[in-house]
Amino acid sequence: MTKLLTLPSAMCGFMGRWSMTAIDSVGEMTLFMLVGLSHIFCGARIFPRTLQQLYAIGFKSLFVILLIGIFCGMVLGLQGYYTLVQFGSVGLLGSAVSLSLIRELGPVLTAIMLTGRAGSSMAAEIGVMRITDQIDALYVMDINPMAYLVSPRLLAAMISFPLLTAIFDVIGIVGGYLTGVLMLNINEGAYFYRIASSVTMSDLTGGFIKSFAFGLLVTTVCCHQGYNTHQRRDSVGPEAVGNATTSAVVISCVLILASDYVLTSFLL
Amino acid sequence: MKTWDIEFAHLDAGYGAHCVLRDISAALPAGKISVILGESGSGKSTLLRHIIGLSRPLKGAVSISGQDIFALNPDGFRRLRRQMGVLFQDGALLGALNLTENVALPLGEHLSLPLPLLREAALRVLAMVGLEEFADYYPNQLSGGMRKRAGLARAIIAEPRILLCDEPTSGLDPVTAARMDELLLSMHERYPKMTLVVVSHDLAGFKAIAEHVLVIRDSGIIFAGTPAELLRSQHPYLRQFLERRSGDAGLSLQRPMNPRVHSSLTKWLES
Repeated sequence: MTKLLTLPSAMCGFMGRWSMTAIDSVGEMTLFMLVGLSHIFCGARIFPRTLQQLYAIGFKSLFVILLIGIFCGMVLGLQGYYTLVQFGSVGLLGSAVSLSLIRELGPVLTAIMLTGRAGSSMAAEIGVMRITDQIDALYVMDINPMAYLVSPRLLAAMISFPLLTAIFDVIGIVGGYLTGVLMLNINEGAYFYRIASSVTMSDLTGGFIKSFAFGLLVTTVCCHQGYNTHQRRDSVGPEAVGNATTSAVVISCVLILASDYVLTSFLL
Repeated sequence: MKTWDIEFAHLDAGYGAHCVLRDISAALPAGKISVILGESGSGKSTLLRHIIGLSRPLKGAVSISGQDIFALNPDGFRRLRRQMGVLFQDGALLGALNLTENVALPLGEHLSLPLPLLREAALRVLAMVGLEEFADYYPNQLSGGMRKRAGLARAIIAEPRILLCDEPTSGLDPVTAARMDELLLSMHERYPKMTLVVVSHDLAGFKAIAEHVLVIRDSGIIFAGTPAELLRSQHPYLRQFLERRSGDAGLSLQRPMNPRVHSSLTKWLES
């Protein structure tokens, strides 16, 4: 009888501890983000560093975004055509491709690609700086490490995520055009007319709001994981940097999808 | 006029619940080179972290110029910390910046000076540590000794009143280590009022540079005085430390290897 009672109480204990840790982490990351954001407005030398980060996050990710965007659009065009042809509505392909990209796939896939491409690099770079005393050195030189490392990345992400999402959307629509119009012979005018008639300003705004939020989220998680590498309980030294990078990517991807659902339900 | 002496009063230091140093009461005199000696893991670097303010004491106080640094308000503490230069164990240079940018960083961040002037200031201190010709190199292109010297250049660019060096000669060959010691001595000659604190377990180095010595053992200070007094001391552990004797009776090479491991190893080595 005692054993029967022990199992549920142990499970409740585990759930309780897990929930407390999760709430604690969310609170810690929110504070981390707010401190980072506050230094955007009072950091004296934020702009040159932000330009460097725009280059690292934005320009260096451009090629991969173009590549993913074109293939994503091509697949959407192909799948959309064979679905719509069953209902005799292939003329709607332009709407299907553009709305899928602008509302959902553009912001989400861009954010996931940027997490893998730039977020992992942020976590690893800051993590290495932490374990090699570079962050302590900044502190000793009276340079605020949050203002020096985190704020420029946050600002750069808030600028580059929406811009890269816009590029992803445009190149995805071009991908849909390649398969739909050039390969499957849909009418070119119908394809573009459907895009122009179905995409509204609120779709575009919603997509940009999402990408802006994902930029903040990904950068906060990745910088936070790197910044607190030394406090990891599962590992130390270079292994901790590796684990911090993995955690940064996994947490970011989960949060992108979860927050996408929340944002979509508010924006619809 | 302010003197930059450092004092520990009943200091307990550690990480979380783990206490590394207990009831430390000692002083590091202003304008002198103090060397903190001790075995690896004895808490020397922990003590240094408390002087810098990177760790908070579990109990007790750390005072600089008579002010308890942990009782100061954030602005007061920042003003005090500006008077400190720190050389970290591996230099802690920022990997993304070249030597000039690294060395000029403390000035560039706090002063509105044009870039050519910042570069000139960085080149001046790089010349002092013999690295002027490597000014445009990145940290990963330099040897360990060079990185430490560059770290020293960055630590002194703002002409601090207190210079703290964490194991400046560890991992260096004897010639490079001697060069580092000479560099610290020349710093002391150039800035005679600077309080220099060196954490080390390098016996040759301490004999070359120390004016005041603290020895840490078993979470406490077992010696504080001049190098001459330390060398004369008959304390058994100090004799052992100074004569580089292990004193570890438990260390044995006589234990035989497991026959199965031995035969497998032999086969592998002969294959």
